[in-house]
Amino acid sequence: MIYRENGQFKTTYRADSQIFPIAQDRIAIGLLLALAVLGVPLLADEYLFRAILIPFLILALAALGLNILVGYCGQISLGTGGFMAVGAYAAYNFLVRIEGMPTLAAIVLGGLCATVVGVLFGIPSLRIKGLYLAVATLAAQFFTDWAFLRVKWFTNNSASGSVSVSNLSLFGLPIQSPYEKYLFCLGVLVVFALLAKNLVRSHIGREWMAIRDMDVAAAVIGIRPVHAKLSAFAVSSFIVGVAGAMWGFVHLGAWEPAAFSIDRSFQLLFMIIIGGLGSIMGSFFGAAFIVILPVFLNQALPALGSLVGVTIDTALISHVELMIFGALIVFFLIVEPHGLARLWSTAKEKLRLWPFPH
Amino acid sequence: MKVKSLAIAAAVLAAGLASVAQDALAQAKEQFFPALVYRTGAYAPNGVPFANGYVDYFKLVNAKGGINGVKLTWEECETGYATDRGVECYERLKGKNGGATVFQPLSTGITFALTEKAPGDKIPLITAGYGRSESTDGNVFKWNFPLTGTYWDAADVLLQHIAKKEGGWDKLKGKKFALVYHDSPYGKEPIPLLVERSKMHDFELTTIPVTHPGVEQKAAWLQIRQNKPDYVLLWGWGVMNSTALKEAVATGYPREKMYGVWWAAAEPDVKDVGDGAKGYNGLALQHGAEPNSKVVKDLLEMVHAKGQGTGPKDEVGSVLYMRGLTGAMLAVEGVRRAQERYGKGKVMTGEQARWGYENLALDQKKLDALGFAGVMRPISTSCADHRGATWARVHTWDGKKWNFSSDWYESDSAIIKPMIKAAADKYAAEKKLTRRTPEDCQS
Repeated sequence: MIYRENGQFKTTYRADSQIFPIAQDRIAIGLLLALAVLGVPLLADEYLFRAILIPFLILALAALGLNILVGYCGQISLGTGGFMAVGAYAAYNFLVRIEGMPTLAAIVLGGLCATVVGVLFGIPSLRIKGLYLAVATLAAQFFTDWAFLRVKWFTNNSASGSVSVSNLSLFGLPIQSPYEKYLFCLGVLVVFALLAKNLVRSHIGREWMAIRDMDVAAAVIGIRPVHAKLSAFAVSSFIVGVAGAMWGFVHLGAWEPAAFSIDRSFQLLFMIIIGGLGSIMGSFFGAAFIVILPVFLNQALPALGSLVGVTIDTALISHVELMIFGALIVFFLIVEPHGLARLWSTAKEKLRLWPFPH
Repeated sequence: MKVKSLAIAAAVLAAGLASVAQDALAQAKEQFFPALVYRTGAYAPNGVPFANGYVDYFKLVNAKGGINGVKLTWEECETGYATDRGVECYERLKGKNGGATVFQPLSTGITFALTEKAPGDKIPLITAGYGRSESTDGNVFKWNFPLTGTYWDAADVLLQHIAKKEGGWDKLKGKKFALVYHDSPYGKEPIPLLVERSKMHDFELTTIPVTHPGVEQKAAWLQIRQNKPDYVLLWGWGVMNSTALKEAVATGYPREKMYGVWWAAAEPDVKDVGDGAKGYNGLALQHGAEPNSKVVKDLLEMVHAKGQGTGPKDEVGSVLYMRGLTGAMLAVEGVRRAQERYGKGKVMTGEQARWGYENLALDQKKLDALGFAGVMRPISTSCADHRGATWARVHTWDGKKWNFSSDWYESDSAIIKPMIKAAADKYAAEKKLTRRTPEDCQS
């Protein structure tokens, strides 16, 4: 009833091809953005910013990048952590070695370096598919792990292998307080989400999806696999590299190579699988699920325990967290294998008829 | 029917939220000590006794009446030795219960991350026996306290002991040393000092990294078997230590020639290997296993006898348990010292506690009164020296327990002090910090 598009006629092609054709959608997104920019700072405390919102935004960006590669182009990649590391360390090197380098420029340049590395490790995709490609990208992950541990130049010859950045700023405005960091991450995420959405709706996106669905047929009708696959790797690695740079700069502040280990790659892959492969919205859902749920469980389990008068020690909480997390992943994949995004779009479909089902 | 299930779900959620919200109303009448622990993961065997010792000491202090009447509260947060979880725990606990007094992350990786955050939040960090070696310099690192020693001290004392055994520093010429280290900031810390000493005394140093979590060491020990070093220094943590000893047994490397840092010389590291680890030496950060010390007796009497012990009774007095105990003791004594200036019987803020840690003056009398006779030596910190003491000994595993096998050593400040200053200056230049002024030191 509230979600019907009755009476909303498009009179121009431009209006017809907008991202949110239904007015209610546009209002909802507008409200959401207003809430995110204005409302959240009023309601959220520092812990919520630093531990939940900022990691969520940055990992949502990384999941967005990975979704382009895995969800839209069908190339499985287990090297996301490695590309994030490339972005982070490259941005660090640009920031530290060039006097007066602006933060945003360093992050973007880090992303470009990640693009180069991503395309390099994407070249095997021209010959191998599926699980074999996953292994090749796994090699990328381990290679970057090794490179940032052993090659001292990348860490500016730091004895401990740990690097740190501080005094970030954007066009003269400092990015120090949690609220400023949050706004910065939100801005970057919104820009990249818009870019990604438009890319996947364009002819490049259709090329990717054609390669994903049936690459031989795509080649037959004239889509160049080289172009499609490598452009997917390039765009994906750029976004993932920027996310990695932001993870190191904005969220951690100081990091060592273990921050971008294989666990990070798996975490991102799980995010897009749970959230929904081949869906921009799905990256957000998946990131929210995987970032927020463990923290929520960590807080809720002792509270539940105290309700029944049982004190649960931290080790048990950690283990129960993992168990519930795993069980929920299995549950979601059984109930909706196409991820939370499909659940969401099904809900929207039903909302268009509600309360008059037929 | 759907409405009913919705209502039930809402009620459960509300109840859950209510009990979580109650925390926020807790008052600041008690001194809050957050405990970043790891009871799960590859480093849990070593993290658990430390955490138990840490929390048990707070219980003991409360049983004895608190710090001049101020009771202590604490809350554990599981970090799993992961930096991002450590940061999340820090953010969660720093403002709770009136504000955290001090953080002791027991992880060099988390220390690096928190070193950036703690000054902004005005909460001191105690990194007793770990952390950044250059944070000894309190003029640059105002909020870091590597009390009782750093890894440069550890490496120096080990080399001093080996040199003494060989009959002098000149006898080290031409000898081969291998450092088997955890491939993380923790493991890499001693390398600058070892390289410095290798240049001074002309011995060969091979560094062999072992990737986290350290269960894959076959390649490393094959390299050692080929290399045949005279001494192996072990800088491991968690399961890496016991794996290293098992591999040493497998490749036939004499354990008497192996020397571990104070985090690689505790019961969890050798118990699994049993007799195979006989003769393995390790550093003792002032204390070893001290089951006969007065503080342990007090603990067993006042805490464990009443069923309030955090861990099993037979763990009390073990090496890492004592490490946690001393860490907690230093945290508490710093607050007590701060109370001398800012008001006895009052709850101290993080800033005030920081002053206390910077002006610690624990002489042997005070330590004996606390029950640490024979466990710890006097420690006194200052603005320039946030470390306070550099005493260490070597102890050896005889198959059943650790026995001290050396005299007291102090690290050589002639070599270490310039290294600390250079590294601290480099950090200050990178972060665009200025050294603290004498006025700031007095405040």
